[in-house]
Amino acid sequence: MYVLVAGAGKVGWNLARELIAKGHEVTLVEHNRRRYLIVEQELEHAVQYGDATELWILERAGIQRADMVIAVTGDDEDNMLICQVAKEKYLVDRIIARVNNPRNLQHFKLLDILPAVSATDLILRLIEHEVPKYGLVHLLDLEEEQLEIIEMEVADDAPAAGRKVIDIDLPDGSLIISVLREGGGMVPKGDTVIEAGDEVLLVLDPGVEADITAQFSPNGQVQ
Amino acid sequence: MFVLIVGAGRVGSTIAKRALNDGHEVSVLDEDPLSHERLDVDLDGSWEDAGGQFTVGTALEMEALLEAGIERADVFIASTDGDNTNLVISQIAQKRFAVDRVVARVLDPARASWYAEQGLNTVCPTKTAIELLTAAVFGPDQEAAA
Repeated sequence: MYVLVAGAGKVGWNLARELIAKGHEVTLVEHNRRRYLIVEQELEHAVQYGDATELWILERAGIQRADMVIAVTGDDEDNMLICQVAKEKYLVDRIIARVNNPRNLQHFKLLDILPAVSATDLILRLIEHEVPKYGLVHLLDLEEEQLEIIEMEVADDAPAAGRKVIDIDLPDGSLIISVLREGGGMVPKGDTVIEAGDEVLLVLDPGVEADITAQFSPNGQVQ
Repeated sequence: MFVLIVGAGRVGSTIAKRALNDGHEVSVLDEDPLSHERLDVDLDGSWEDAGGQFTVGTALEMEALLEAGIERADVFIASTDGDNTNLVISQIAQKRFAVDRVVARVLDPARASWYAEQGLNTVCPTKTAIELLTAAVFGPDQEAAA
């Protein structure tokens, strides 16, 4: 696969190195001269000097034949525009954009620059995962596929506690795919009894979250 | 008309004052509070006294855009000193807020042309400068050849 990476900061440099190690062909583009010279000592011809928001720089880097363009500069506008021209002008199949300020994610979505990855958001997710009081943890959101996987701890007096899976009042478009109990995991069947303290993983359509929360939280309250 | 101008540099502030003078309602958004001073130049009182509006913030912040009145803007001019900023915010004005007339200043001729093809109204001062300089040196007949 030929991958064009814009921005040779920590993210871009490490990404380029890993991709090359996996056998991919990579061109990294960096517009800061000093940074370029440092990175060039290691990556040699795999890094080019220039502003990746300029069309001729992208063309010199071979964007026409790129299978994937990854924009990971420290500037959100740059990442948006690099991916926008990659997708709409050069018809690159796959793009990935880095979001520096999570509040800009809405702009990436508006311009249809997806997937857009935000490190801040990822860390927030991990905090969510580590802090049980949040109750519901998002493990995976596939927005385009309209699918998400969540994890919930079953509260002591939750409606679902002590009931068989088949008897739990779950909304359409949701399914319990796994139950974690005492350090082990299992795939439940209809007659598996859910206990308080279990962690359940569900796959669901976005939008039915509140109905699901109600089954596993104390007294069925919606969080 | 309600005119919203983002970027109060030499270009933005001059257009702002001209529009206000022509009787339009004008709101200016700039991240630098000091850029306000440029709006006051040549006015009897301050920019606000003359009827203008000024908001400190960047056009990527929704709060700043809303405070500057983008929802009722008839005209949106992106005239910051960054091409990339202008291209992004003018698309936000067009796609999210459906502003009637959106104009972006883009110094890079290649991208000014491409985004114009995509339906964005871009103005490229570099292209204009090249044409004028070529005409000044080689005569107006050479303009097309440039």
